[in-house]
Amino acid sequence: MDLNYTPEQLAFRQEVRQWLADNVPAEPLKSFDTAEGFEQHREWEKTLAKGNWGMVTWPKEYGGRGCNLIEWLIFEEEYYKAKAPLRVNQNGIFLLGPTLMEFGTDAQKARYLTKMASGEEMWAQGWSEPGAGSDMAAIRSKAIRDGDEYVINGQKVWSTRAVFADWVFCIFRTDPESERHNGLSFIFVPLDAPGVTVRPIPQLDGLPGFAEIFFDDVRVPVENRLGDEGQGWHIAMATAGFERGLMLRSPARFQETAKRLVELYRNHQNDILDLSIEDAVVKSFMNAEAYALSTYQTASRLMKGGKIGAEASLNKIFWSELDQSMHETAMSILASRAELLPHAPAAGDVDNWLDGFLFAQSGPIYAGTNEIQRNIIAERLLGMPRK
Amino acid sequence: MDFTFTEDQQLFCDSVKDFLQAEVTPESLRESWESETGRNNELWQQMVELGLTAMLVPEAHGGLGMNELDFTLLAQECGRVALAEPLVETALVVTPLLSALAEKDPRCGTLLEQLAAGEIKVAVGHAANDLVSDAHIADWLLLPSGDQIHLLARDQVNLTAQESVDPSRRLYSVEWQGSDETCLASGAEGVALLAASLNRGALGAAAQIIGLAEAMVAMTVQYTTDRKQFGKAIGTNQALKHHMANCVVKTEFAKAPLYRAAYTLSQLPSHADFAVSHAKVVAGEAALLAAKNCIQAHGAMGYTWECDLHIFMKRAWALDKFWGHAGFHKNRLHQWLMNPNAKIGADKTFGVQV
Repeated sequence: MDLNYTPEQLAFRQEVRQWLADNVPAEPLKSFDTAEGFEQHREWEKTLAKGNWGMVTWPKEYGGRGCNLIEWLIFEEEYYKAKAPLRVNQNGIFLLGPTLMEFGTDAQKARYLTKMASGEEMWAQGWSEPGAGSDMAAIRSKAIRDGDEYVINGQKVWSTRAVFADWVFCIFRTDPESERHNGLSFIFVPLDAPGVTVRPIPQLDGLPGFAEIFFDDVRVPVENRLGDEGQGWHIAMATAGFERGLMLRSPARFQETAKRLVELYRNHQNDILDLSIEDAVVKSFMNAEAYALSTYQTASRLMKGGKIGAEASLNKIFWSELDQSMHETAMSILASRAELLPHAPAAGDVDNWLDGFLFAQSGPIYAGTNEIQRNIIAERLLGMPRK
Repeated sequence: MDFTFTEDQQLFCDSVKDFLQAEVTPESLRESWESETGRNNELWQQMVELGLTAMLVPEAHGGLGMNELDFTLLAQECGRVALAEPLVETALVVTPLLSALAEKDPRCGTLLEQLAAGEIKVAVGHAANDLVSDAHIADWLLLPSGDQIHLLARDQVNLTAQESVDPSRRLYSVEWQGSDETCLASGAEGVALLAASLNRGALGAAAQIIGLAEAMVAMTVQYTTDRKQFGKAIGTNQALKHHMANCVVKTEFAKAPLYRAAYTLSQLPSHADFAVSHAKVVAGEAALLAAKNCIQAHGAMGYTWECDLHIFMKRAWALDKFWGHAGFHKNRLHQWLMNPNAKIGADKTFGVQV
């Protein structure tokens, strides 16, 4: 164990810090759930790509820097500290990217990863269906082979970023006779393909952060399939591992929120009446810190050849509930002003806590509800009986 | 940057774990409750032979010359079996304190050598704990008075037994009179040594309660797999699965803070307060939740003397309050966080924190 950064890691931090200081937009971008904001964020992705900062852990040939996981954590720390824009292509770079790296053909990697890292192509995720939420194996949308193409019919729902994205990666039933986890395949669909209809769904903040997608005889070439036919469930579980585990939510995000919470608390210390707030602030800080420490542990282990399995479910529960409790605490401190939108004349220092609070409500739901994660922990980590 | 234990550290831990699992069982603990001292001197001598009591003693004084980080995994294993013998306090608190004083006071060097040889036992008091554990089997006692640390033989003190709900814990209030002769350290030196002892004691307690929490969850998973109601194992019920999953989340996320605290104590002890308090608070919360959820999953059986769960539950409840209760440690964290110069944020995880 050595909890010191190497001189190379310290130099890397300086390089990241300097580049961000020179390039992060001075004014915050508009929400990426608006048409204008989405394009602003796309431009930012392109700026990142020009500096080769799009996805630092990827190999150089796909637009990355070949960084290891510790360097990735350092990059993320500097990124959140610099208040750089959120990653509009997170479904692509954090979820599909690592999945492509593991299951894609060389041609697919060259085709998709490069444009993902360059900010040219934005991705949405199409897994849930009206009848297949937590029970994802109940998927009914079909992709039926017809020569060199699949013909797709069905419906996806809760597809984050689908309103403005270019592509969606989906799970379809390629064997119409199959049931449950069998007969599913992982397929990419361009969102401008004939027969695709995207219906925006406004979220709690009123903006269309996700959508329903209808597929009506949509044709895509067989090359759009990732992995083998029928391997969809297996691949999707790997993607879910990235989503819940390491990549999607790096600790830096929560550490910066905890820091802001401590500052908010210090500023309001004398007018807080609720005795539980002090405890909640200390706990928020400890938990953000614990998540960071634990992630460094996981990264160190993976760099020595370890694997991440069902313990990804522990992470997902921990960061989502941490985010929720930090924002609840901020709302308690802001008290009667907590409900005000930032532009309300009496809003004062509400900052974007409300926005974060609303988003934090989704954490325990997306990427597999926390109830499902608890089942996974009990059954796969502890070996409790299924039936 | 490498946040993993070495293969050697893990192998050593595995061998100690095997030893403890073989020698310390609920049956052997129950037997020891019936004995006069509650302690097993044979077991103690085995631990002495393995070098466990003197792990942190410098090689010059007959020890293994290892550090807090090396011992933390072992302390977890001591918790996992609810070891009654005062190994963790001896190795993590007593011997580092004597080592720090051995240069200037030859008595301490002699005690270290006798300890490493298994000839004597030494108990330690601290202002954070009202009582001294294992004072009855100690040949010598290290006792605090303000900024002073005194060394007294057992026949120089009066002990009053204070019975604990945990029959394995043997606690004593100590009446004593110090003198210039018994005083080992005072002033700034005494304050620093007492502060270091508190952090080491808290680290040892935190590590043990992580082991206790894992032991409770393991035995409860087994119980809910074996016990049938409505024609099926009660562990198939989601309510119980979620009780157990919640324990694992808390315990797993208490480990990295524990190891960071151990590392900081071994490398930069003067800056370890924050890390130690963090570790102690979250370990305590994990163990209290494990106790609560595990007794619930056991139903009425968990409320009995016969069921082994209480052995672990009671130790966890006790150690959560020993070497600084949650209020003490949270206050240290709170004061630290309220300092406007506290270095917090995403890039400060491994910095010196103030």
